[in-house]
Amino acid sequence: MLRSLLPALSLALVLIAIAWLNPRAISYFGFSLMLNLAIPIALATIAQMFVIAGNELDLSIGTFVGFVGCVTATWLKDAPLLGVVILLGSIGVYALLGALIHLRNLPSIVVTLGMSFVWQGLAILILPKPGGKAPDWLLALMAFKPPFIPFPIIAALLIAAVVHFGLMRTSYGVILRGSGGNSAALKRAGWSLLRTKIALFALTGLFGVLSGMALIGITTSADANIGNGYTLLSIAGVILGGGEFVGGRVSPIGAVIGALTLALAASPLLTFMHIPPDWQVAANGAILIIVLAARVLISRRER
Amino acid sequence: MKKIFVLGALAAMLAAGTALADTSGKKIAFSNNYAGNSWRQAMLDSYGIVTKKAVADKVVGAADVFTTADKEVPTQAAQVQNLILQGYDAIVINAASPDALNGAIKQACDAGIVVVSFDGIVTEPCAYRVVVDFKDMGKQEVEQMAKFQPKGGNLLEIRGLAGTSIDDAIHAGILEGVAAHPEFKIVGSVTGDWDQTTAQKAVATILPSLPDVVGVVDQGGDGYGAAQAFAAAGKPRPTIIMGNRQDELQWWKEQKEKDGYQTWSASIAPGVSTLAFWVAQQVLDGRTDVPHDLLVPYLAFTQDDFEAALPKIPKGGVASHEYTQEDAVAAIKANIK
Repeated sequence: MLRSLLPALSLALVLIAIAWLNPRAISYFGFSLMLNLAIPIALATIAQMFVIAGNELDLSIGTFVGFVGCVTATWLKDAPLLGVVILLGSIGVYALLGALIHLRNLPSIVVTLGMSFVWQGLAILILPKPGGKAPDWLLALMAFKPPFIPFPIIAALLIAAVVHFGLMRTSYGVILRGSGGNSAALKRAGWSLLRTKIALFALTGLFGVLSGMALIGITTSADANIGNGYTLLSIAGVILGGGEFVGGRVSPIGAVIGALTLALAASPLLTFMHIPPDWQVAANGAILIIVLAARVLISRRER
Repeated sequence: MKKIFVLGALAAMLAAGTALADTSGKKIAFSNNYAGNSWRQAMLDSYGIVTKKAVADKVVGAADVFTTADKEVPTQAAQVQNLILQGYDAIVINAASPDALNGAIKQACDAGIVVVSFDGIVTEPCAYRVVVDFKDMGKQEVEQMAKFQPKGGNLLEIRGLAGTSIDDAIHAGILEGVAAHPEFKIVGSVTGDWDQTTAQKAVATILPSLPDVVGVVDQGGDGYGAAQAFAAAGKPRPTIIMGNRQDELQWWKEQKEKDGYQTWSASIAPGVSTLAFWVAQQVLDGRTDVPHDLLVPYLAFTQDDFEAALPKIPKGGVASHEYTQEDAVAAIKANIK
């Protein structure tokens, strides 16, 4: 019980700290600003969660987000049809990777590490220097101001609800998680492990694309290196949200909350604490370690 | 000292003529995306010295520095958004990307915050840009070369980091200078990446294939490496333009003591961060005539004054200069067309 509450608890703690340090941040305007960059992180975390559900790891999600960003800021605006084809094609590449990893029994860390350089290289080819512009509809969507509840919160709820329903409440969702939990049993029951792996990787690609588009909708313009930090953030988000590296134990709601916590702890909290500049970089890392360590400690005590 | 400062500020106000507001309650934040090399360290040091004094003298209320953990754009965008929430009146920024931060910069402008970028500038029109005139620096290198080598001759050019706007601008300036001085001819060009070791290797590789070279035009951080390469190859020592690095000026001093060697040195001062700070202060002061693009001079040393500057530069560091409020007022004035 405590285990599933933990992500929400750590988010609440970070929010209380922020409210105490800077009451002005706890407002409609404040949440819109603080959380809007958490949406792409949450989407990337969900993407990572799908591969982790299948006992794999994706080290290329960060550069993939950057690649999608570059496509979004160039082709998706100037030639929408071509842009859509490229983005769908890149999801197809992810599905193929899943098949390759399964058929040749390759370690996903090696394959995706290699792919991270491929995506990075393609991104630099598309945008050799920073620039481009997000399509207007995307800008309008990300700047949407609904009444009462800030857009990032609605988006986070929506992402969590949709993925939670799909992965935790449908029968195929159970199969997908089962491929990580007990693949032997699944195989004996007649399910194709190749198909589940392809599905998991394609879903990763899909949410990677959504993450890149959301990011460009906020920043308005792209940079080939824009997503590089997302690889490790997304892994940390999944773990913080109650996921495990093996066994198909993941939680979509937890992952979204984990991503929000990371986004808030790393940047707003740090800025509001007024740490001397020489220590800021180290403090950022320290906060991440403390938050993750607390999660590991509590879940260990439960066992 | 304080009196002088107040008088100076008063004079500045009179000169500006449009000083409307009091900035003693204003808070200025510095958003920095990287602190991992000597130039950035010098930039932060200069900024710290000037802003601490400005806060103590009650010119501004607060001047805090924020450095992000990585060079990533989203991290800095989030940082800018947090600074908006913190209620700062102005943000001085060395940006991770010229374009990709525009979304956050626009949000800051919309919240009524003055944004001044320098070094790593942002293209969002609402922000101010403090830009060093690198093109003129390149041109000036050839002008100076003409003084030391009046007969002209062959030049070797060392380029900086490929694909950057700075490399592009200095190179364009050098070409312009050579066009104005047809007695010079660029016979070779190598990439030195503003780094002594890289430059030394690159120059050593091209030297055997070159005719006699009378001068080296470069971009700073590469002069000492070039000198080493010429010495190692046993070639006569050319006139090498320097770039304000400690090792370069040290070498120049040794050569000068030996046989009166002459050259010239120029680079962007890391203290340009302080100029950006004063520009932000001037805008907060109510000046509405500040151009959004400010071209400022580079920091240069000549045969007569480089030795005085040398002891002040830390080993392995680069010469800096802390700008004053009057410097900012002068720079603004020079840019009003």
